[in-house]
Amino acid sequence: MADILDDSLDYEEDTQKGKFLIFSLDKENYGIEIKYVTEIIGIQLITDIPDLPLYIKGVINLRGKIIPIMDVRLRFGKEPRKYDDRTCIIVVDIKDMSIGLVVDRVFEVTSVPDEDIAAPPQMNKSFQKYIKGIGKVGNEVKLLLDCDCLLDEEESEILTEAM
Amino acid sequence: MKLTKESGWESMLDMFIFETLQLIGEMEQSVLNIEKSSGFKTSINEIFRVMHTIKSSAAMMLFDNIATLAHSIEDLFYYLREEKPQQVDYASLTDIVLAGIDFIKGEINYIERGEKAEGDASGLIDLSKQYLISLKALQPVEPYSQPVDLVEELSPSEELTFTRSGDTAEGNRYHATIFFEDNCEMENVRAYLVLRNLEQMASIIEYCPPDIIDNEATVSLIRQDGFQVLFTTELKIEELESQLLKTAFIKEIQFDTLGNEDVYPVESSEEMLKSSPEIALTPFGEAREPDISITTRKPTLISVNISKLDSLMDLVGELVISEAMVSQNPELADLNLDGFRKATRQLTKITHELQDVVMSIRMVSLSLTFQKMHRVVRDMSHKLSKAVQLEIIGEETEVDKNIIEQISDPIMHLIRNAIDHGIETPEERRIAQKDGIGKITLEARNSGGEVWITIKDDGKGLDRDKILQRAREHGLVNNSEPALSDQEIYSYILLPGFSTKEQVSEFSGRGVGMDVVMKNIEKVGGSVLVDSSPGIGTTVSLKIPLTLAIIDGMVIKVGDARFTIPMTSIKESFKIWGENIIIDPEGNEMILIRGECYSIIRLHEFCHLSTNVTRIQDGIIIMVENESNRACLFADALLGEQQVVIKSLPEYVKRLRCKAKGLGGCTLLGDGSISLILDVAGLLARC
Repeated sequence: MADILDDSLDYEEDTQKGKFLIFSLDKENYGIEIKYVTEIIGIQLITDIPDLPLYIKGVINLRGKIIPIMDVRLRFGKEPRKYDDRTCIIVVDIKDMSIGLVVDRVFEVTSVPDEDIAAPPQMNKSFQKYIKGIGKVGNEVKLLLDCDCLLDEEESEILTEAM
Repeated sequence: MKLTKESGWESMLDMFIFETLQLIGEMEQSVLNIEKSSGFKTSINEIFRVMHTIKSSAAMMLFDNIATLAHSIEDLFYYLREEKPQQVDYASLTDIVLAGIDFIKGEINYIERGEKAEGDASGLIDLSKQYLISLKALQPVEPYSQPVDLVEELSPSEELTFTRSGDTAEGNRYHATIFFEDNCEMENVRAYLVLRNLEQMASIIEYCPPDIIDNEATVSLIRQDGFQVLFTTELKIEELESQLLKTAFIKEIQFDTLGNEDVYPVESSEEMLKSSPEIALTPFGEAREPDISITTRKPTLISVNISKLDSLMDLVGELVISEAMVSQNPELADLNLDGFRKATRQLTKITHELQDVVMSIRMVSLSLTFQKMHRVVRDMSHKLSKAVQLEIIGEETEVDKNIIEQISDPIMHLIRNAIDHGIETPEERRIAQKDGIGKITLEARNSGGEVWITIKDDGKGLDRDKILQRAREHGLVNNSEPALSDQEIYSYILLPGFSTKEQVSEFSGRGVGMDVVMKNIEKVGGSVLVDSSPGIGTTVSLKIPLTLAIIDGMVIKVGDARFTIPMTSIKESFKIWGENIIIDPEGNEMILIRGECYSIIRLHEFCHLSTNVTRIQDGIIIMVENESNRACLFADALLGEQQVVIKSLPEYVKRLRCKAKGLGGCTLLGDGSISLILDVAGLLARC
């Protein structure tokens, strides 16, 4: 019985494996592993919350569930941009937490096989740590996000701030 | 296989705990009824039935100590029920039963916590057996009483259960009690095998329990009392034993030789069949009958996992919001849609009814909590030899389940306090020309969105001077404070470590009780009031909210954002014209109101919001209070009072905010937007 369960889990992971949701920030295209993504919604009224880092824009009401919203542009230290009708919120589930990521626009879901993913160059740029790899799709290059890092990094930053 | 067995066991255990606690609760009531000797006939039946059910289920779950104890109490009540003895010492009877109830409760507690229930009930069992013997000794001998040896050896309920399976044959008569090995399972089937074996060597007259094949419940009986067979054989007993022991899993066989001329239970039971048909039922018949009556009496109750209820409540909350989004949709505002409006009105009505119903599911009546207090009063008044009567009013008042769990202890403390400190001894009462029996009134009533629970006694009242003196000793009152109101003085007894009682008793006087009361009540957002008049009595009132999940809030506007402030922490709100504002060198604003100075917190600065309203005279000042701290909040405008459902902030946000205080959660307003709930205590701590 347990074996069958494991199999079906594997199967599900397999169908999602190597698939990335492609979105853009500024001029770059990014990819996020599809297994994290719950849904994509348009921009909506965000309620501000005091005492938060700038890149957390606030919270939204997603069908009765309150979820925090992170502006990925600000998170990566880019210039803020006014939200328009192409701005999207990608709702992701990371470590049992729902969070909405504000991105410029969302394109498609693409397969990026493992062999087309290259390790990021070792540089000391600030947002480099969120990049897990660089995927090649045709002639284009997609930066693949490390979702766990997106949230995790926070704790250490806050801790150092608190010290 | 193993997996399913374990999970089945878990759910059976849950069921067992739930059922047993419920039954025990019912029974405690019945016992107290007996003591008041009102309707004691029905109570005896009730206790017998409850004990029987507990015995069977405990035996099934292998909690032998509970099962044997329940069995011995069952025996006692079987005797009471069947023989209807005239002289019964009800006081010690209730003591025995209550002790039994406490024991079972304790064991169930262990089981609930996943520990082993290994308490020793033998003392209690002996007690109840002795009581039964003394009870029998008191009674005149009945014409159809059983042979003495059998009465002692078997419980009365089983004397009548031998089933006749063969005619009397030649040879010696024996009575065998067969015990199977522990944990061998399916004892009834094994007993059947024994019977088949025995049939070849002896002729069986009867055996007990009788319906071993059809009734699986016999397993527990066999496990407990052994399998009993009455038979005649010409063989020698040693031969028989060696033959029988070949059957698997037999641990022990006890033989009793019965002479031919002995009076057989079978005959007497046949006599009884004719004379009194109502006792001719087998114990299982009796057991089944009351079981059916349980299910028919409470067919409308089911137990539901509380998390399902919570998610149901969340869903309905969402439904209400989306209903508002549809019916008040701005895109439809200008259209003339008669049919649609009618339909949405219907939808609105139904969703609100649905919301009411879901809210009411979580509401539980206070009666169970209140009824428990009868026991407290009884035990206390016995121990302290004071005569106390408890009157309960309004026990049908309903409160959210979470709150009930929190207030049950405080009520108990207060009642104990009332008996120990409040009610005088009968002599003192006689001197004071009061009724010899002290009276405690426990009352609950609804008033607005709150429930008031008052505990009132007609005792000697609080000693104002003694409390004041104690308060001075503790440094709580300056000698220079001449005019403290009585209420203020009495409220000192709610402080930790404050006891006016010189002697610490078993029940109260350690000065822990009252501050626990205070803490628990405050935890659910309630408050405690104490009032007393010397010689007439003391009244303690608990004010508690109906539910935790919903608060009364004032919605205020700051820029585009809306905040909710709990109504309980708002002192007043007013407009000012700027003349009373004081600004200290650091730029902090303060305001002078009626001679007192309060600091002003500008919410738009606190939350870094942009607003057009920055001049103090354009907006509104809301004075908030937490315990003794007060401050004034500055906001754009008040939007109105509203009941809001509290939702907590997302985990991630809480983590990022770290130790930043000031927000108590958030809530959804009717139009689906989010309003942050200000935590006044946190806000005040920051400034």
